[in-house]
Amino acid sequence: MNLFLVNPKSDFTMDNSFRIDQENLQHLFTTLQKRGYETVGPTLADEAIVYDTIASVEDLPVGWTDEVGPGKYRVANGGGLSSFGYTLSPQSWKRFLYPPTRKLFSAKKNGKSFELTQENDGEKKHAFIGVRPCELSAILIQDRVFSSGEYHDDNYLALRRNAFIVAVNCSQAGDNCFCVSMKTGPAAKDGYDIALTEVVDGDNHYYVAASGTEKGREILTEIGAATASGNEIAEAENVVRRTTAEIGKSLDTRGLPKLLAENLEHARWDDVAKRCLTCGNCTMVCPTCFCSTVEDTTDLSGQTAGRSRRWDSCFTMDFAKVSGGNFRTSAKSRYRQWLTHKLSSWVEQFGISGCVGCGRCITWCPVGIDLTAEVKAIRGTKVKQEKGG
Amino acid sequence: MPERRRTGKPKVAVFKFASCDGCQLSLLDAEEELLDVASAIDIAYFPEASRRMIRGPYDIGIVEGSITTPHDVERIRDIRKSSAALITIGACATAGGIQALRNWKDIKNYVHIVYASPEYVSTLDRSLPVGSFVHVDYELRGCPINKYQLIEVINAFLNKRKPNVYTHSVCVDCKLKGTTCVMVSRGEPCLGPVTQSGCGAICPSFNRGCYGCFGPMEFPNTAALAAQLKELGETKFDIQLAFRTFNAYADAFRKESEAHEQ
Ligand code: SF4
Ligand code: SF4
Ligand code: SF4
Repeated sequence: MNLFLVNPKSDFTMDNSFRIDQENLQHLFTTLQKRGYETVGPTLADEAIVYDTIASVEDLPVGWTDEVGPGKYRVANGGGLSSFGYTLSPQSWKRFLYPPTRKLFSAKKNGKSFELTQENDGEKKHAFIGVRPCELSAILIQDRVFSSGEYHDDNYLALRRNAFIVAVNCSQAGDNCFCVSMKTGPAAKDGYDIALTEVVDGDNHYYVAASGTEKGREILTEIGAATASGNEIAEAENVVRRTTAEIGKSLDTRGLPKLLAENLEHARWDDVAKRCLTCGNCTMVCPTCFCSTVEDTTDLSGQTAGRSRRWDSCFTMDFAKVSGGNFRTSAKSRYRQWLTHKLSSWVEQFGISGCVGCGRCITWCPVGIDLTAEVKAIRGTKVKQEKGG
Repeated sequence: MPERRRTGKPKVAVFKFASCDGCQLSLLDAEEELLDVASAIDIAYFPEASRRMIRGPYDIGIVEGSITTPHDVERIRDIRKSSAALITIGACATAGGIQALRNWKDIKNYVHIVYASPEYVSTLDRSLPVGSFVHVDYELRGCPINKYQLIEVINAFLNKRKPNVYTHSVCVDCKLKGTTCVMVSRGEPCLGPVTQSGCGAICPSFNRGCYGCFGPMEFPNTAALAAQLKELGETKFDIQLAFRTFNAYADAFRKESEAHEQ
C-alpha cells in the first residue's frame, strides 16, 4: 500500500481546460462574493505575503515573491505580472478551517441548573484563492483527522463543507519545498473546485484553469472563461514541469515509519534536543498539526461560563501533563514525539503521512531545524533494534 | 476568617516591596473590570489605593517587589503567615527585578557613592525574588504584569477553577495572533522563544523583537537561542545585555548572560 499520496498528474484535458485572464479573475472574486463567500487569498502585509480576507485582484501581491531558507524568510519585489509568483504564506489555511481559538459553548446559570448555548459558525463560507497543492493535500489530511473514527469535529466539517477552493499550481519552488518526495505537488490532483496555473510569457499573462467540481465548472462558465488552446495547456504543463525540476529538497520516504519507530533511542535525538528551543513554532505553522487544548472561563460572578478550544503543541509542557506528572519532560522526547508522529505513527493512526512537504516548519523554526536533515542523519546511522527492544 | 464570613467575599491584601508600583497599579488600571473585581473581593489592605487598612489574616496576599533588606525578610515572613494564598506579581517579586543588576556588583560600593551616611543603610547584598524566602502559591510574571492575567487569577480563585495562564513561549502567542515572526522574516533578534507568554506578544506585532519582560519560559534553551542571535550578528556583549534586563536574575537568563561575560 502506498502510504503517501498518489503522484499528481496534470489534470488538463481538452474538455476540462479553460483560459482566464486577470479580468476573469476579478470576475471570479465578485462572483464568489455574490454567492456569499468571504474571499481569502494572498496579500502583502508588512514583510510577508499572508492569507487574509481580500476584496479583489488589486489586493494580490502582484510582482512580489518570497525566498526562504532554514529559519529564514524574505519577501522581494521582483516586478513582473504574476499574482501568484511566491511560494507559501507564513501560515496555512488551517487558520480559517481550524481557527487558533474557538468558543465551543457557553453556559448561563439558571437557578439550580444552567443553560447551554452551542457556538456554531456553520454558516460561514470561505473561498480560498491560491491554495497550493501541498496545502490542498494538508486539508485532505485534516479532513481525515476530523472525520474518521468515532468522533468528528462538526465545526471543522461545517466550515470545510462550505469552503470553495481555488488551487494554484506552483510556478516557483521554495528552497524548503519537498512536495515531490511527499507526492503532494507541485500540481494539484484533486480536492479543488478550480485549479489554476499562472502563465507569464512576456506581456502575455493568463491562467489555465481546470474545474474539479460541478460548481467549479459552473463558476468558470459564469466568469466568461474561454476554452484553452492546446498551446496554452502545453505552456501550463511546462510551468509545472519547470517547478518540479527546481525542487532541490527531498525526503527519502522508503520504510520511513518503520525506520523512525526502530530508532527511538538514536543519538540524533539528543543532538537535535540541544538545538531545539521547544518554542512550538513548527507545530503552529504545520498545515496538518491539529493538537489543541480545551479551557474553561467564567465571569467574575460565576453566573456565566464558557468552554473554548485553543491550538496547543506537543512542545509545550502542559500538553503531556496528566494527573501525577508529565510524561514528556525532556526536549528530546518532545521533538521526537513531533517528528515520529508526523512521519511514523500518523500513518498508523490515519493511514497516511502527516507531512505534505511544505517546508513551513523549516522556514519558521527560529533556529532553522530541518526535519529532512534530521531524518537523513537517522537513516545514515540507523540502528536495527532487537525484537522487543 | 471572621471578615470573610461577614461579607462572603475573600479578603485580599496588596503589599509592596522594592518596586516601581507599576504592577499593583495595573489592578487600578483595569477600568472596565474594576467595579466587578471590587464587588467580588474585599480589598482589605491596599495602601496604594485606599486608606482602609484591615488587619489579616487574608485569603489572598498579593505581593509586588523584590526583597532587598533584612526588614523586608521579616515582613515577607509575616505576610506569608497571614495569607492563605500568596501570589507574587511582576519581575521584581518573581525574579528580583531590574534592581537585581546590582547583584553582580559589591553593594557596599554603591551605598558609599549614593548615600551621605551609608552607616544608616541596612541592605542585603542582593535583590531577590519573594520565592527565595517564603513559599509562593502563584507567580504572575511580567514587567509590568498583564492586568488581564491578574484578573484571570482572581477570577479563577473565586470560581475554583484553573487559571488560564500559560508558561509556554511567546512564539505560540505570535502564531495564535497571526503575527509574522520578526526573527525569521526580518532577522530581528528576539527573546520570544525563551520567554514566557503573557504580554500577548506585543513587541513582535510592532515589528520588534521580544525583550523578555515575562522572564524565562517553562523550558528555556537560552544557549540555542544565543547561538542563533550570534548568527544574526549580535556580539557577545549584545547577548549579555539582552539577557540582563528586567529578569536578569531569573536563573536561566542569569546563567546565559554570565556565559557571555567578557
Ligand atoms: S511537518 Fe513541516 S514540511 Fe511537513 S507538512 Fe508540517 S510544516 Fe510542512
Ligand atoms: S524544531 Fe524549531 S520551531 Fe520546532 S520547537 Fe524546536 S526550535 Fe521551535
Ligand atoms: S517574533 Fe519572536 S516571539 Fe514571535 S515567533 Fe518569532 S521568535 Fe517567537
